[in-house]
Amino acid sequence: MRTPVFILVQAVVGLAVYLLFDNFGNDYWFFAGYTVLQYIVLATAWNILGGYCGYVNFGSAGFFALGAYTSVFFYNMGQSLDELFSESTAALLGHIFPIPVPILILFGGVVAGLVGLGTGYLTLRLRGVFFAIATLALAVVLETLVVNWQFVGGSRGAYVIPPNSVPVFGPYIQYLFALMIVLVIVALTCARLIERSRLGYGFATIRDDELAAEACGVPTLRLKLIATVLSGALMGMAGAPFPFYIGYVEPGSAFNLSYAVNSIAMPMIGGTSNWIGPLVGAILLGTLQQLATVTISSVLNLLIVGLLLIGFVIVAPNGIVGLVQDWTAKKPKRTKP
Amino acid sequence: MSAPLLQVDQLSKRFGGFIALDTVDLSVAEGERVGLIGPNGSGKSTLVNCITGTLHNEAGSVTFAGEKLDGLIAHERTRRGLARSFQLPRPFMSMTIAENIRVPLLYTVAARAGHHVSHGELEDRCHELLGLVALEAKGSQYPRDLTQVEMRKLELARAMAADPKLLIADESMAGLSHSEVEDIVALLIKMNEAGVTIIMIEHIMRAVMSFSQRLVVLVSGKKIADGKPDDVIKDQEVVGAYLGT
Repeated sequence: MRTPVFILVQAVVGLAVYLLFDNFGNDYWFFAGYTVLQYIVLATAWNILGGYCGYVNFGSAGFFALGAYTSVFFYNMGQSLDELFSESTAALLGHIFPIPVPILILFGGVVAGLVGLGTGYLTLRLRGVFFAIATLALAVVLETLVVNWQFVGGSRGAYVIPPNSVPVFGPYIQYLFALMIVLVIVALTCARLIERSRLGYGFATIRDDELAAEACGVPTLRLKLIATVLSGALMGMAGAPFPFYIGYVEPGSAFNLSYAVNSIAMPMIGGTSNWIGPLVGAILLGTLQQLATVTISSVLNLLIVGLLLIGFVIVAPNGIVGLVQDWTAKKPKRTKP
Repeated sequence: MSAPLLQVDQLSKRFGGFIALDTVDLSVAEGERVGLIGPNGSGKSTLVNCITGTLHNEAGSVTFAGEKLDGLIAHERTRRGLARSFQLPRPFMSMTIAENIRVPLLYTVAARAGHHVSHGELEDRCHELLGLVALEAKGSQYPRDLTQVEMRKLELARAMAADPKLLIADESMAGLSHSEVEDIVALLIKMNEAGVTIIMIEHIMRAVMSFSQRLVVLVSGKKIADGKPDDVIKDQEVVGAYLGT
């Protein structure tokens, strides 16, 4: 399937889901769907570095929170233009602020991408568990910085009040849901393009054997930096609309462990070898967690993830996609009589 | 006399207190077939790793095709025409045999040509290389399906896919049977006849003697002999090093 057709198919599916939820006449569907879509972006982003290159990133929550706090920063700036700038500058900036969420998503992507570049430069000479620990440390460092940064709310958090409704979309959550569909399309298209490109070959050689990759002329460090920037930027983009979704952001929610755990578990359960795996894993786990939240308790969410992860590591280490691929390979081909 | 293709000057490498290479000099002319031998732990693989950029030497220099390589990392040296195979085959396990060959074609040959090489040309070269090592029929299979000798051949074909001027074959025949060794020697000679200079590191003396035009001997990180194979194996210091006298 060619890329424009792939994008079109995603857009049609996205529109169909949107209209279906709209038909239910209850915004809860959009709230729940938004979370699942957010996890699709996070899982796909994680898979670019973790699945394609084999570098396990435990700092997803850090990149996600960077996007969220970029939005909080610009939101708070818009709220205090008069205090921060002279009267004339504030009047001028008043035409720009409040910055629309799609632009904030881009800002979040740029900030998280740049942090990804810096982190990559410092840590990508590490391998395996050492790299994983370094990314975990990054999230802790970022959280400490945010906790001590009063402008974005510090430890007490910050309120971000979205408007009640948006023209065309109606309720604000429907607008955020539509934006998240666009982000999913961007993330999945990006992942699929990588897989089918020279870059994808390079990423796979890094995952398989870095020394042999270098001997084949693959610039491993440069490719790993590209993967870190892309992965970080997509995670930041997923986090940017979060303050508008939740209304109140504090470090505990933005840097929540569940983002790190889910963004690893979803591709592992779905399968890390291609773009479909994180999509399947995120839909499955995201939906199960939403079901648990409304039927039992959200406290069980991480338990569900943990149990499923253990089960899949034992039964299907290559995830659902790997399981299907193995099954298709073993299936006897029909021969004409 | 033209400048050598590879010139190693006073190369030294230490691992902590252990001196792996001690002021080694080596010169290889274009088109030559050089055998590099030495007992286990003599520094052969360390020398290859320093030449190809996998390890960084503390002292000395490596000049290749008139260019100093010091400071260049491994992939940059590969792109300049210096390829290697590994002592233990290191195929990309998640890729098919053909995809393994395609990696250096994409990242070295195409990159060298500024990506002005067509997909068709790269595919033709890939088939040609698979044919060279008699693996055409297994192009769509995975390395786990290969026998030991086929794995060695894949390793050599992948190194050749980088279109090298110099190929360093690091113990490409270890663990192979008599006929398989002859197979690999014939393959290396064919590659040399195609214009590739080859340094062969090997313990199997039968293969070394039939392949090499010149023999270099390393012992405890030092070069102790360099000359015609028939002369070198009679050298008392070489005999002493191998027999432990």
